[in-house]
Amino acid sequence: MKLPFMLLLALASTGAISQNCDLTLTGEIIDLHDSSTLSGATIIIAETEDAVVSNLDGSFTISGLCPGTYNVQVSHPECATRAFSFEISENTSRTFRLEHHLEELNQIIVKGSSYVTKTETLLENRIETETLESFSNASLGDALKTISGVSSLNTGNAVVKPVINGLHSSRITIVNNGVRQQDQEWGAEHAPNIDLNTAGSITVLKGASALQFSGDAIGGVVVSEPARVAIKDSLYGKTLLSAQTNGRGATFTTVLTKSFSSGFYSTVQGTLKQYGDFEAPDYVLTNTGTEERDFSVNVGINKIKYGLEGYYSYFENTLGILRASHVGGAQDQVAAINSDTPLVIRDFTYNIDVPRQEVTHHLAKLSGFVQLDNVGKLSLQYDFQQNNRFEFDVTRIDDGIPSVDLELTTHNLMLSLESDLSGKTSTKFGLVGNFQENFANPATGVRRLIPDYEQYKLAAFGIADTQLTEKLTAELGFRFDYTYMDTFKFYRTSFWEARGYDEQFPELVVEEFNNQILTNPELDFGTISATAGISYQLSKDYFLFANYSLASRAPNPSELFSEGLHHSASRIELGDLRFGPEISQKITSALQKKGSDFSFSINPYANFIEDFILIEPTGIEQTIRGNFQVWEYRQTSARLLGVDTDLQYKLTEDLHYSNQFSLVKGWDRTRDQALINMPPANLVNGITYVLPWKTPVSIGLDSNYVFEQNEFPDNNFEVFIPETDSFETVDISTPPAAYHLIGLRASTVFNIHKNNKLKLNVNVSNLFNTSYRDYLNRLRYYADDLGRNITLQLKFNY
Amino acid sequence: MMKRINFLTIAIVAVVTLGFISCSNDDDTPPAPVNEEEVITSVIVTLTGEGDVVELESRDLDGDGPNDPVVSVNGTFQENIPYVGSVQFLNETESPAEDINEEILEEAEEHQVFFVFGGGLDGSVTYGDEDSNGNPIGLQFTLLPESASSGTLTVVLRHEPTKPNDGTLGDAGGETDVSATFQVTIE
Repeated sequence: MKLPFMLLLALASTGAISQNCDLTLTGEIIDLHDSSTLSGATIIIAETEDAVVSNLDGSFTISGLCPGTYNVQVSHPECATRAFSFEISENTSRTFRLEHHLEELNQIIVKGSSYVTKTETLLENRIETETLESFSNASLGDALKTISGVSSLNTGNAVVKPVINGLHSSRITIVNNGVRQQDQEWGAEHAPNIDLNTAGSITVLKGASALQFSGDAIGGVVVSEPARVAIKDSLYGKTLLSAQTNGRGATFTTVLTKSFSSGFYSTVQGTLKQYGDFEAPDYVLTNTGTEERDFSVNVGINKIKYGLEGYYSYFENTLGILRASHVGGAQDQVAAINSDTPLVIRDFTYNIDVPRQEVTHHLAKLSGFVQLDNVGKLSLQYDFQQNNRFEFDVTRIDDGIPSVDLELTTHNLMLSLESDLSGKTSTKFGLVGNFQENFANPATGVRRLIPDYEQYKLAAFGIADTQLTEKLTAELGFRFDYTYMDTFKFYRTSFWEARGYDEQFPELVVEEFNNQILTNPELDFGTISATAGISYQLSKDYFLFANYSLASRAPNPSELFSEGLHHSASRIELGDLRFGPEISQKITSALQKKGSDFSFSINPYANFIEDFILIEPTGIEQTIRGNFQVWEYRQTSARLLGVDTDLQYKLTEDLHYSNQFSLVKGWDRTRDQALINMPPANLVNGITYVLPWKTPVSIGLDSNYVFEQNEFPDNNFEVFIPETDSFETVDISTPPAAYHLIGLRASTVFNIHKNNKLKLNVNVSNLFNTSYRDYLNRLRYYADDLGRNITLQLKFNY
Repeated sequence: MMKRINFLTIAIVAVVTLGFISCSNDDDTPPAPVNEEEVITSVIVTLTGEGDVVELESRDLDGDGPNDPVVSVNGTFQENIPYVGSVQFLNETESPAEDINEEILEEAEEHQVFFVFGGGLDGSVTYGDEDSNGNPIGLQFTLLPESASSGTLTVVLRHEPTKPNDGTLGDAGGETDVSATFQVTIE
């Protein structure tokens, strides 16, 4: 097979005339599907019979070449061998794209644009399987924090919401195995309902440029993809067991894949987690235990010309919320904030009492594609999601009835066509139809936080990228979304009138009850999103990205319809029916240096958002339960400026250093003040040393320094304390002090059998048991963050 | 080839349309209003001393809505006369009004009413009832106006306080279910 191929190459070659034979060809071998680098690829120049093997980072260098046209063959054990022919007249750098796992996807794709999972002109950040595995006992939000510029908005330690470049919740699109996650993500205390262990890799795009997924990802896009299944007869799997001291619990996760050379494949995966109360350095964080049970099944057939896939995943968790965080009003809040320790501390237990969240999430997907000659790849996907959320509060009568009982059902249908024009230009067009229904169970005995609604969405998008020159790629995209919401909302009559809605929207009233009014707002929003960008290869190792994105986001139900006491936040939250979409314009650029010994990226950005919806305190409301702070949503003009940097440096073959820094500054341009809840600057340093033993052991030391946020709006308020007969200031604004956490890790791999490997990981986080509080933890008023934790993880591959 | 695309396009459009039609079943049945439980709208404190009646009332019929509670104080206290008092908690969003005292008595170990004197008001309270553990509840009490003064009397209902406690809110902890402040005078 190889010899005739080489002969063919040799025959096809044109003789190179030697003149100045000191030219160098450098290059990089990458997987055309996801642009990951391929090491161990063999590069042979037919004319000179020079042969080299690509390095760990996929790069290679061949020197001593004369000017002329060369035929180059690139082969890799897991890829289809490809031949390239090109002219060399000066020192040349080229990227060679190979079809990794050649059997798996169709072989008709000849160009490496894989905009299925990314954009061409935005610096991509990927978390690979190995890192994800080390987070198997944690949440999606925890794992995403390993990326510079990604922080998290926490409610305690279990509810971890990703924050990308300062933005979160509805401003982040999470794509789980090709499906846009719909899990009531508007809520600041609603964590993504995804089992991290279903992901083979996770990509973060810090911008809205991935228009195939959404047009409203003003913060960014998180794409979680399952591991690929190779098309050959095999059966393989892995099992991870992580046990940890803090929370005194464990996570067990396992995955088994069976594949056939005929193209059939199936994967079964499951995760179990159980933790008791977590602990701060000085006390037990009462009622912070968690439980999780997940499984997923994937069945499909992958032929070259067509494929079909069915996927179902089930996610169920119970999250305890710190007992001491449930306060009855502003006076209780004063007592809680003024106390150095939580006001409720009990002995450790695995029991999860109130307050707690119980969430189940079903996700089912059916997708298929067909490869049409001269047209492209036509894909159709239907997905269904159902999210059930129960929130159990501390109530006067303990009757086991949740205070929040929401059921969100989403149907989604997407049709797309990917075409490859002339080998240099790719396009993707798509149509999306979406129906969503929210049902708030009235049996809770608590007024609905989110009203019943039916929502219809239609979207159309088009994306094109083209390789203008060998080094310059350009990308353009456009998307239009139409949203229609049919809502039934009960307003308190007093609020309806105080807001002036009775005069503005008398036609919305359906029926009047005792002290409530039933209304039927029908809202529609048309939003436009667009993106344009370039990527340019400056030299062998240096790449430049520049991207502009316009994103529009229709207000979410919480922003539109909130009206009443939000128990878990101990505040009255008021939305506004009159809100329109917020519109963001983000300019991102990045300079990236790749290389095996030294690599870095600098990623500055500016995000200008008109009609940015934020919630902030506006006053105090007297109720018979005492005073409550009122937080109202409003729209403003906002500006976010920031920079993320990454650096890796190989000091010696065995000693690696890494560094990350991120900074974001948020400004409310209307009020001329800082935006609330902007992540403080964050500096991460890490050193990894591989002990050169017979079985190499990798040890690492990590340092994470979180600065004090010194730009924040003053939202403090005064509350009357009857005991002292005086007004006291409630300081809810001042961010906590800076903190510095040290972590330690060690890992080694034992080869038990030819195909069986056992990996052992030991991790210590917060080594010095430092007491600290984080500005973006909503429970920072009530308790310290987690103390020292030692995790032992076993991973078995078979 | 084109035929196949046309067929696919038609099929897909049909599926989308059907999907939407079947989803929009147009059963615009409005949802039922939530019958709010656990709401306390009203506190009525009645004190009787030697035939004199002092009544303190606070009503907040829109709960956490924008309207403030309506507070009324009828009568003044006379120095050194013990007043026998009782507290009535009601949910007046229902008709007839729901008696919250029943709920409190059912879970008396998890509740306590506190009386806080502020702004120079000189008086004291002795509890007149107790739960199964022998700790005070506070629905029944005796108030003794100790000297002529005026100031605030705050009635606080706490859920899950530490019991027993020293009678102060700080020591009791728990969550505030009701906090109503009245301007009162002792003559």
